[in-house]
Amino acid sequence: MKFKALTAIAALVVAPGLALAQADDDNLVINGEIEAVTKTAAPAHMEDTGVDTIMSGWHFRSDETQALQMDDFDNPGMIFVDLGIEQWNKVEGEAGNSCASCHEGPESMEGVRAVYPKWNEDAGEVRTLAHQINACRTENMEAEPYKYTGGQMANMEALISSKSRGMPVNVAIDGPVAEVWERGKELYYTRTGQLELSCANCHEDNYGNMIRADHLSQGQINGFPTYRLKNAKLNTSHARFKGCVRDTRAETFTPGGPEFIALELYVASRGNGLSVEGPSVRN
Amino acid sequence: MKITLTTLAAALVATPLIAGEVAPASVTFGEYGEIEQSLTGQPGDPENGGLVMKNKSIGNCIACHQVSALSDQPFHGEIGPSLDGAGDRWEEADLRGIVANAKQMFPGTIMPAYYKTEGFTRPGNAYTGKAPEGDLDPLLTAQQIEDVVAFLVAQKEE
Ligand code: HEC
Ligand code: HEC
Ligand code: HEC
Repeated sequence: MKFKALTAIAALVVAPGLALAQADDDNLVINGEIEAVTKTAAPAHMEDTGVDTIMSGWHFRSDETQALQMDDFDNPGMIFVDLGIEQWNKVEGEAGNSCASCHEGPESMEGVRAVYPKWNEDAGEVRTLAHQINACRTENMEAEPYKYTGGQMANMEALISSKSRGMPVNVAIDGPVAEVWERGKELYYTRTGQLELSCANCHEDNYGNMIRADHLSQGQINGFPTYRLKNAKLNTSHARFKGCVRDTRAETFTPGGPEFIALELYVASRGNGLSVEGPSVRN
Repeated sequence: MKITLTTLAAALVATPLIAGEVAPASVTFGEYGEIEQSLTGQPGDPENGGLVMKNKSIGNCIACHQVSALSDQPFHGEIGPSLDGAGDRWEEADLRGIVANAKQMFPGTIMPAYYKTEGFTRPGNAYTGKAPEGDLDPLLTAQQIEDVVAFLVAQKEE
């Protein structure tokens, strides 16, 4: 090996976190009234990650894409919120109920998105928002569950998220959820597939950098469900996880399954302090 | 990385081992992660090496590296260092080692191992997200590795 090779290696040792120079400094204000927190100090549990500031994926998108999220008339995700309202009021299932029968208006969901996934004492499990919606459908309405990453689920998640926009993500990571959270953390750092890449390789070590034509963000989920210009529909977080794992040439996990529930809890907790943005707009 | 139709094509690229080639499991790495011996015994074709490096469904090296000689293809990534002048910085054996399995030279690197078929966590069937059917092919064939090495050796700035 040549001497020069050694100096080349030395030049590659760049401290993590320096990449953040490339997130922009714009401010997200929705409809001229909701001032979203899109950059803030990382939560305490991220102390040993080298990331001191957490940032919404909004910062890594173009000005044009960013603008679409700043006004509900321009945000294509809001069309799906309207569909969610129709679903909310529709009686379905053997029990003759709609969501409105028990929860009144969708405003009753204010603050709910911000704290999910969370522990459900009666069921003795960590529930994602999607699981809770389906639990109400099957147990309280005696209706068919929505497909976990399907359009109707995404619509309902968009409606419920929209009632928490601007509120800080605040999922609990201790107490009864601690074990699931640890499992999620382990998955986040596991290098999967034939490309041997972990979530952290791209979203912790390289956010701010370009990977081919994509500007890497921190892979936060405060904006979910997201309307993507690329596929012109609302996308759920588990569908996004599935796509990212698949892109490592790995066998993915099942949306709604225990691994992705754990991963969702962990990834959500890395966004504690950012505002709920769903439905957001991404490319 | 995300156009499934084109990435699927990658599954068709790998071919069975040809006589005289060193199989992925039989490759001998030197002290620093270099590979002295050619994987095929045949000279590499630098032009094809360049194609392998810029093609999204084959090597896709420019997803992470800027390479001026491949600037006819847009969107070079910035995850790894520029490969301009790689032939000045490294011997041929080093480059062969880096391309075959960069983790030998740079422990823990994000760069994938292109000539390796075992030791993965949840490997899939290319970009389908499904479990693999049978044994995995390496990401690049032995000859493609040699072609890429020939391309890199020719990247000189001095
Ligand atoms: C028969 C009454 C009933 C119906 C109908 C019903 N729910 Fe519920 N829902 C409840 C009760 C009771 C709870 C709280 C108990 C619990 O947490 O398990 C709840 C809790 C929830 C929560 C969690 C709130 C929180 O603060 O954690 C969500 C979200 C929710 N429901 C959504 C829906 C949606 C969406 C529908 C329609 C698809 C629906 N529910 C239909 C009774 C109902
Ligand atoms: C090879 C690199 C790579 C890996 C590994 C990877 N992702 Fe991604 N991910 C991307 C790219 C590229 C995008 C689109 C641009 C962006 O937002 O970063 C993305 C987007 C996302 C988003 C959407 C962010 C937003 O604001 O809309 C989430 C969430 C996400 N990834 C989570 C994950 C998780 C969880 C893992 C691990 C299971 C993972 N990613 C692994 C490359 C990767
Ligand atoms: C996922 C990103 C990624 C991909 C894809 C990738 N590399 Fe790398 N590569 C890196 C990184 C990062 C380094 C720096 C080594 C380290 O991690 O310390 C590197 C280092 C190198 C080096 C040594 C750098 C120098 O000093 O010149 C060469 C040569 C190289 N890569 C060639 C390739 C080739 C050829 C391909 C495609 C067959 C490729 N890389 C694909 C990320 C990548």
